[in-house]
Amino acid sequence: MAIGSIERTAKQLVLTVQEYSLFSWRAVMNLFRPPIYWPEFLVQSDIIGFGSSPIVLLSGFFTGCVLALQSAATLSEFGASALTGRFVALTMIRELGPVLTGVMVSGRNASSMASELGSMVVTEQIDAMRALGVDPMRKLVTPRLFSSIAMLFFLTILANACGIAGGGAVTVFLNGQNGTQYFSSAWESLRYPDILQGLVKPLFSGFIIASIGCFYGMRTTGGTEGVGRSTIQAVVTASVLIIVVDTLVTQVMLSIFR
Amino acid sequence: MPESTAFAAPQPAPLPDAQPVVAFEGVSIAFDGPNVLEDISFSVSPRETRILLGPAGVGKSVLLKLTNGLLRPDTGSIRLFGEDISHMPEQKLLPLRSRTGMVFQEGALFDSLTVRDNVAYQLIQERVPDAEIDQRVHEALRFVELDNTFGFYPGSLSGGMRRRVAIARALIRQPELVLYDSPTGGLDPITSTTIVELVMKQRDVYRTPSLLVTHRLQDAFTLSTHHFDTEKNCMVPLPKGETDPNTTYLMLEEGRLIFDGSLHQLLHTDNAFVREFLE
Repeated sequence: MAIGSIERTAKQLVLTVQEYSLFSWRAVMNLFRPPIYWPEFLVQSDIIGFGSSPIVLLSGFFTGCVLALQSAATLSEFGASALTGRFVALTMIRELGPVLTGVMVSGRNASSMASELGSMVVTEQIDAMRALGVDPMRKLVTPRLFSSIAMLFFLTILANACGIAGGGAVTVFLNGQNGTQYFSSAWESLRYPDILQGLVKPLFSGFIIASIGCFYGMRTTGGTEGVGRSTIQAVVTASVLIIVVDTLVTQVMLSIFR
Repeated sequence: MPESTAFAAPQPAPLPDAQPVVAFEGVSIAFDGPNVLEDISFSVSPRETRILLGPAGVGKSVLLKLTNGLLRPDTGSIRLFGEDISHMPEQKLLPLRSRTGMVFQEGALFDSLTVRDNVAYQLIQERVPDAEIDQRVHEALRFVELDNTFGFYPGSLSGGMRRRVAIARALIRQPELVLYDSPTGGLDPITSTTIVELVMKQRDVYRTPSLLVTHRLQDAFTLSTHHFDTEKNCMVPLPKGETDPNTTYLMLEEGRLIFDGSLHQLLHTDNAFVREFLE
């Protein structure tokens, strides 16, 4: 009985992965075949990029603050409080900026994509779109996917900048240290591989957020309850995948730029 | 239905030899269980209105979605405008589907778009100039007598109005086939009559073939016993004993097609299920 249940679950998992892979492949390939709905890209970029900027800005700023507060206390024990800038900049740019931005945007946008598309599925709006001769994958999914990738890139830069600024504010106003020293320490410690690592990760996060959000939205069944279920699945899966993929990308980047 | 037995056998439908607009051949489909539809075969000829009857849950909406390829059959073949769509890729199906109009059970209007943008959805995708779109939307809304809702959102419309906007959206490009999925379901009798009148208007004025799903016998029989008078701009009864020869019936029972014929044949069939349904 238990073995049968495990087998069913395993088969279901494999089937879901297969469907997700095909879904993502179609969404990506649609960018290279007309019709392409460019106005939709702008609308989605506004929603994902501009709409998410307040939460990204705030979370980035206060993460930088916390990093400076925590690190300054420990570093001062070794007489290395001058390295606070270096610590905050490296941590933000290489790791926390991309991951936090991904998780924050995932909570906001993967959920909204899943619930919006899910509602359209259960009210037959997706079928209506197909009946009117419009491919929902092209019209709804592909613009969200590429807008999400592009916007995550810029949002991560914003989060990094705010985090370093937040760390600077704490260093100067709370810890009473020299601001120039903080920023020059941050600047001097950064290498191109660090920046590259920080800018590659949001591309993956953006892809995960939109593809998972749309995937769960488009396969919604079971009315309004199903929409709620899809939304939860989308946020949980996207958040976990962002952290898992972050680990893999970090390992790959470290092995390349060792 | 005592009075309906007085209907005379209808004249044969015109253009009997013309290629059917839709042709089902041995179609079956299942969703993780027993067949929802089994071995369905029928056709819709040009200018013909086919009314699909049956109780709730027998697969009427599934059959309608198979007609324009929104669902794919497990076995059998479906020809739409002469092309086999059973295994046609989605990209090839999209232009074929845009030649049909479909009215969904609850309207399925895009709730984030205004009535104007809903009705003009296909025209907007085809990048038709705004002035022409506005003109055609006004025409379509006048057809369903809702010209005053041009700038409204679907959320502010009643159920009957949403259904009429959905009809306007389905008809704006003058489709070659119209699919109606329970267009009067859940509506009050007066609104239902308005919708039936619109269906009849499309049938008699534009002579568009259609496939209409309903479980309301009154609506189905009204379509056979009335015609649209363009001078009076309303539906009027046909002379006593006459029925519309281009309006014929199909009936489903547990996924099987148990009846295919005219109103006269429907009312005189020996099939126990049909008789029970009619009574």
